[in-house]
Amino acid sequence: MTIAINILSILLIVTGLFLFLGASVGLVRLPDFYTRMHAAGMGDTLSALLVVLGFAVYQLHGFHDIRHDWPVLLVILKLLAICVFIMVTSPASTHALMDAGYEEGCEPLTKEGGNALKEDLARTRGEDTHDSEEDSLS
Amino acid sequence: METFFIIAGIVLFTTMWAEIYRVMAGPTAIDRIVAVNVIGTKTTVLLVFIGTIFGRVDMFVDFALAYGLLNFVGSLAASRYFHRCLPYTTPIDAPEKRKKTSGGNRTEIS
Repeated sequence: MTIAINILSILLIVTGLFLFLGASVGLVRLPDFYTRMHAAGMGDTLSALLVVLGFAVYQLHGFHDIRHDWPVLLVILKLLAICVFIMVTSPASTHALMDAGYEEGCEPLTKEGGNALKEDLARTRGEDTHDSEEDSLS
Repeated sequence: METFFIIAGIVLFTTMWAEIYRVMAGPTAIDRIVAVNVIGTKTTVLLVFIGTIFGRVDMFVDFALAYGLLNFVGSLAASRYFHRCLPYTTPIDAPEKRKKTSGGNRTEIS
């Protein structure tokens, strides 16, 4: 039982660390703002989840009887709460930062070298500018 | 098992230097904020590492939870700061308040 818990927790933590390393390499090496954001968001969420889950499995060493070992159960529940919290907040903050970068005008890397974002922004904001001109005339 | 935790914590700390590079050399400001966000998530995990190594997980888990909460609020506030959407209240009086700047895409309150 002890060896099984150790092996499972080591497996989860090593997988999480490998994905952390992948997220770091992607954040350094990728050429574009949006691809860097993708690497950071995806790698961060899953790897933090796996590492914290590995620690929650490792805490089962001190859990034998629920009447005497309820603090260990509380620690396991808090670790699972960190898992759920990271799962909710990391995609939310990634989405907010991506939206801010899109509004800020970060240019995506395209194959033709054209500026696709400028046309997209002009298309979504075409109605607004039209309205403002109309209002200033009247 | 403790040796494994120490080595894994050192590896996790070493991968933070990649984000430090991105914070220093990022072309835009949002790149730097994303890198700081990743560093915050790694610090949340590293606090659990430290608690397990010291044998006081019941104390350090609360620190990790609070640090994750602060990291989320901070990155969200920074993204709202850089978000250039207009905070107008009614759509009727909004167009006379906005004017086009010389940059082209960006609109600001005059």
